[in-house]
Amino acid sequence: MELRRWLADRWVMGVALLVLGYLTLPIVVVAGLSFNRPSSRLSYDFDEFTLDNWAHPCATADMCDAVVRSMEIGLIATVVSTVLGTLMAFALVRHGFRGRTAMNGLIFLPMATPELVMGTSLLALFVAAGVPQGFWTIVIAHVMFCVSFVVVTVKARLAGMDRRLEEAAMDLYASEWQTFRRITLPLVLPGIVAAALLAFSLSFDDFIITNFNAGTTVTFPMYVWGAAQRGIPPQVNVIGTAMFGIALLLVGASSLRGRRARRAALAVVATPASTGRP
Amino acid sequence: MTRESPADDLRLADLTKRFGVFTAVDDLSLTVPQGSFFALLGASGCGKTTTLRMIAGLEQPTGGQVLLGDRDITGLRPHKRPVNTVFQSYALFPHLDIHENVAFGLRRRGIRKVGDQVERMLALVQLQGYGRRRPAQLSGGQQQRVALARALINHPQVLLLDEPLGALDLKLRRQMQVELKRIQAEVGITFVHVTHDQEEAMTMADTVAVMNAGRIEQLGAPAEIYEYPATAFVANFLGQSNLLTAEAGGRAGDDVRVTAHGTRFSVPAGRARLVDGPALLGVRPEKLHLADGVDRVPAGHQHVGGVVTDASYVGVSTQYLVRTAWGAELSAFAANSGVAAPLAPGTAVTAHWDPRHAFLLPRAGADERTEGRLGQPPVGALP
Repeated sequence: MELRRWLADRWVMGVALLVLGYLTLPIVVVAGLSFNRPSSRLSYDFDEFTLDNWAHPCATADMCDAVVRSMEIGLIATVVSTVLGTLMAFALVRHGFRGRTAMNGLIFLPMATPELVMGTSLLALFVAAGVPQGFWTIVIAHVMFCVSFVVVTVKARLAGMDRRLEEAAMDLYASEWQTFRRITLPLVLPGIVAAALLAFSLSFDDFIITNFNAGTTVTFPMYVWGAAQRGIPPQVNVIGTAMFGIALLLVGASSLRGRRARRAALAVVATPASTGRP
Repeated sequence: MTRESPADDLRLADLTKRFGVFTAVDDLSLTVPQGSFFALLGASGCGKTTTLRMIAGLEQPTGGQVLLGDRDITGLRPHKRPVNTVFQSYALFPHLDIHENVAFGLRRRGIRKVGDQVERMLALVQLQGYGRRRPAQLSGGQQQRVALARALINHPQVLLLDEPLGALDLKLRRQMQVELKRIQAEVGITFVHVTHDQEEAMTMADTVAVMNAGRIEQLGAPAEIYEYPATAFVANFLGQSNLLTAEAGGRAGDDVRVTAHGTRFSVPAGRARLVDGPALLGVRPEKLHLADGVDRVPAGHQHVGGVVTDASYVGVSTQYLVRTAWGAELSAFAANSGVAAPLAPGTAVTAHWDPRHAFLLPRAGADERTEGRLGQPPVGALP
């Protein structure tokens, strides 16, 4: 009876832990293998512990070139798609125009189209247009599919924003520009930042579409794919773990900032009279 | 109230707003004297908020003018008008603290040193020391006061209040009504207050304008409107009224003759909006008295017979429903002052009133639905 009660109280927690384990196991494996010195090129066993991979992540020169290239592509694609997507989201939420409904539907098209289809059709387009494949065709392709995600993310944030806040600002002597700068932008910014991060990770990660439009350019995912045929250098795991670590740090920092702000606010609540501004 | 000059009055001239085929505000003209507390009262969708938004510049009128003194501000952008608004949901900026919310208007006008003014304003609304908090950390009543401070700090010529107390619970609302009146008296700024709460409008405002379907049905001091409503809508929106379908039959001396359901009544000419034709004879429930026989009716009172169908004890009074011989239900409020014994349902009574308390309104068409007891406005029937 006691045991059943105990189980009944905790089974949800147990399931949650199992799912968490399921999600993190691959990452744990990657992180572990980043400290591995494989005995042969095709070995996936943990043979010997070493810090060499972390000490010399660029021991395989091609790999670091590919990482840098992926970051360059990711940054350019992120900036362009975030700017375009944000402007588009504003247009779709704030302005009524002919074809707005159709536009709202079309936005989902790149997300719904299989990547394989998109990759081949882009290739056909570039070939037909006589554009040589390489760095810039990858950027163009990435911007294209990232824009959709940016629009959807920013739109959600914008749609949830109370228009009366902007009206209140204008009522309080703020011009259109001041209203945008002081009210609209700060309130939509979390959405824009989220969209940019999403765009970067999509771009950095993409293999299928990139592979069709890369020409001779090699991005990090393409390098890993190629290397898998010949045996993956353990430094790949270093890059993977480092990326994960950076992402984790960013999330941790932002949640810490949020908690500190809340705590500061609570301190103010506790002693309202002493902390008022002069 | 210091009345500087009529040049600072707020005037709306033939103001009209159409949304497609729907006319929200229909050829509205009114003057709000400088320094007065003016209430626009109406059910939701009557155009009162649209009117307010046109004064604030957040809505462009289809026709007509908004004048502040001699200045035509119809075409001015909202941020160029000496008008500030307290929004229904307060619309406090969630990413700014209370201090910055209140200072927002001053900063936009390039004023650097705002600290003293903000503190003084927070003191006025009794929120000293709350400057560093975020709006989300304040209760509804406190947020409401921040919204008020944020608007008042700019010393606008006109302060617009859009149902500012709608989100507060009853007790807090009463408190804020008194508070708002105190602040208005203190700062002497013209307040234009939009509300659907008739009690709120009557307690707070010097002048009440009752709006219906984009038009003003009646404008005047609260007591004036309550005691002598101009239309059936006003009679029922402001409190309750017993309205009997009647025919006005011309003047007889100082009175207007009225026939209702075969019985002859009369109303003083000064309380009749018409002399001839289809009419509604109105009596407020608290002015309708119940007696247990015709012989008990005081001299000069007019009366109809009926049967008590319901008695609701509400503490200060007992509210009776009386069914007349022709089936209309009349409402009568009897104060529980311990003078009269309560009446049980089923008791035959005579309902009587002093004709000086009755009023006669024109009846539009043969609208039988308006007859008898009507409580709060039939909101569903409004556009």
